[in-house]
Amino acid sequence: MNKIGLVIQREYLTRVKKKSFLITTILVPLIIFGFYAAIIAVSISDSSESAKVAVIDDAGLFKSPGQKDNIIYTVVTNETEESFKSKYKKEGYKYFLYIPKVDINNPKGINIHSESSVSISIKSKVEKIINNALEAKRLEAANIKADQYKAINADVSIGNPLDSGKESVTTAATVVSGVCGVLIYMILMIYGTMVMRGVMEEKISRIAEVIISSVKPFQLMLGKIIGIGMVGITQFAIWLILIFALLNILPFVFPSMAEHATQAASASQANSAAMAGNLGASLRALPLGLIVVCFLFYFMGGYIMYASMFAAIGSVISEDQQEAQQLVFPVIMPIVFGFIIMTKAVTDPNSGLAVFGSLFPLTSPVVMMARICFDVPAWQLITSMVLLVLGFLFFTWLTAKIYRTGILLYGKKVTWKEMIKWLGRKA
Amino acid sequence: MALLELHNLKKYYATQKAVDDISFSIEKGSIFGLLGPNGAGKTTLLRMITGIFFPDEGNLMFDGRPFDPIKDIGNIGYMPEERGLYKKMKIGDQALYLAQLKGLSKAEAMSRIKEWFLKFEMQTWWNKKVEDLSKGMSQKLQFVTTVLHSPKLIILDEPFSGLDPVNANMIKDEIYKLSQQGATIIFSTHRMEQVEEICDHIVLVNKGKKILDGSVQKVKNDFKENLFKIRFANRLMPEHLAIHLFEVIKTGEQELVLRKDAAYSNNDILQYFISKGLAVESFNEILPSLNDIFIKLVEGTPTARQFQPLTA
Repeated sequence: MNKIGLVIQREYLTRVKKKSFLITTILVPLIIFGFYAAIIAVSISDSSESAKVAVIDDAGLFKSPGQKDNIIYTVVTNETEESFKSKYKKEGYKYFLYIPKVDINNPKGINIHSESSVSISIKSKVEKIINNALEAKRLEAANIKADQYKAINADVSIGNPLDSGKESVTTAATVVSGVCGVLIYMILMIYGTMVMRGVMEEKISRIAEVIISSVKPFQLMLGKIIGIGMVGITQFAIWLILIFALLNILPFVFPSMAEHATQAASASQANSAAMAGNLGASLRALPLGLIVVCFLFYFMGGYIMYASMFAAIGSVISEDQQEAQQLVFPVIMPIVFGFIIMTKAVTDPNSGLAVFGSLFPLTSPVVMMARICFDVPAWQLITSMVLLVLGFLFFTWLTAKIYRTGILLYGKKVTWKEMIKWLGRKA
Repeated sequence: MALLELHNLKKYYATQKAVDDISFSIEKGSIFGLLGPNGAGKTTLLRMITGIFFPDEGNLMFDGRPFDPIKDIGNIGYMPEERGLYKKMKIGDQALYLAQLKGLSKAEAMSRIKEWFLKFEMQTWWNKKVEDLSKGMSQKLQFVTTVLHSPKLIILDEPFSGLDPVNANMIKDEIYKLSQQGATIIFSTHRMEQVEEICDHIVLVNKGKKILDGSVQKVKNDFKENLFKIRFANRLMPEHLAIHLFEVIKTGEQELVLRKDAAYSNNDILQYFISKGLAVESFNEILPSLNDIFIKLVEGTPTARQFQPLTA
């Protein structure tokens, strides 16, 4: 008779069929997508802002006026800063750039006149043109040729060969580690408290004893934990698929955005392309198989261990939400502690604290995921996994005892001392 | 034949002896009353019978075999005092889930639920949620889910609390019917008038000990005080009462309550009044109510006041 199966089925279906599940599961990626789209939309609208700028160039910096970066420069002659200041708007210019006759080593008094403040992007574009022109003039004055200068400019990238002979993968590793650690942390928190609320619901609605007369308390607890874990997996799977799909249809939704992207790519090819190439290469160099296997392992081990603790807490709460917050604090603490160690481990994966955190079963799910990309020695990984399995068996056994007693107790505030007493009690 | 036998059951907690050496047996097909004040150990006893707790000592026999919590759980239907349902779950789904947990197949559970819903006029409730039901309605649903899998042993803890008289009668009738069909019923309550009406056999526990065991009739006989009530067609005169046959408890114009001296028979009393020329209209023995018996037995303990007559 598969009673755990029935419990899992109920826990899973009642949650997945709920409207709030549908809403959060579908809304969250939409919000992320909207956020992403908004950022891109803003950056496009900003750079495509075309402006007409009138220039009085007494220093002779603008050799070839015209259009650059969506800004149209028109050189005006026979005017002074004072005289043209009042006219540029009437003549259809948005901005008026005044460059006095300047000392190229100490340029001063260059102004842009405008009705309202000039946007940072336009200001920086104009500054870039003037800087380039000044630089060229200074090179000329110092008698250095432009290609000579280019050859002098240094741009070094330091390699990091490991003793093991493999190539290090620092940038990508840091990103992937951080994401994995945060994901595990979120899973423990979100679905752990969901288990606690589920147990509280059973206790407060007084159905616990009815169910316990058909199912062993441990079966009920395990069924609930597994059922909610499956809800979590479903939710994450839907999120991943939705985010992936949305990112792929993005260019079709905003054709101008795609255009812009190619433009940007061709404009600033060298640097960013190289960087992206590097990142791609280092991503490929990561042990993806190991990451996925470890993620699943630490997700399951950590989730079941913490969910059983949350279930035990839920079982001793009679009505009071405040009571819940007090009791749940010691359970949340190690998760938060693990999160703090993780933020350190991402930048310094082999420090003593990081190694300890990745071995100690209460913090290892979060911390080990943050170290996994940085070539963790095999003995540490194996020790960590064995300890997690032991920890999870130990805590599940322990919390099942508290749960079994707590779930049948009504109208009484339970203290930690009493809970510890229950641990030694027979059924 | 006994369906359930309890032999020297013990369950001790750190601070108290919740159940301290209790034995009794319950006949197949009987309606059995388990009575006792709060904290007497009833719930612990019921939890041992339903396999939720293991006894510290002693053993249980179910249907002639040693009780096996895993296997026999499907033969028991338990409606605890602290009962409830999943508030957000649809009623039909809920009944289906509970029945399946008891081991019924989905199809079997479905057809039985429909049958019971029809009987209790609940057909239209299927898609409602428990939070939309009144207390009485959810009590009915709770009863249905308890008996859905046709258990051999049905345990009802305060089954009528929160029910109006119409619904209480409906459930009472079903209890009788189930009993006639061979189910054994354990009925746990504080409401003595219900026990007197429904139960064949009772056990009273107090402070973890069994203090009374027997059929309702036998218990009443054991505690009778030879009180009789006589009604006459003519007026009762003081001179009629000066006699050693009985002690006068209460007199009315044409009515008399007396305590008979155990040495005399009922006929002696009747003959006496007839010889005095009084016309006897009725002659009844006053048996003690279970309520009186329990107050007497539990008296002196701080929980005795719970047995004062309830007006509800």
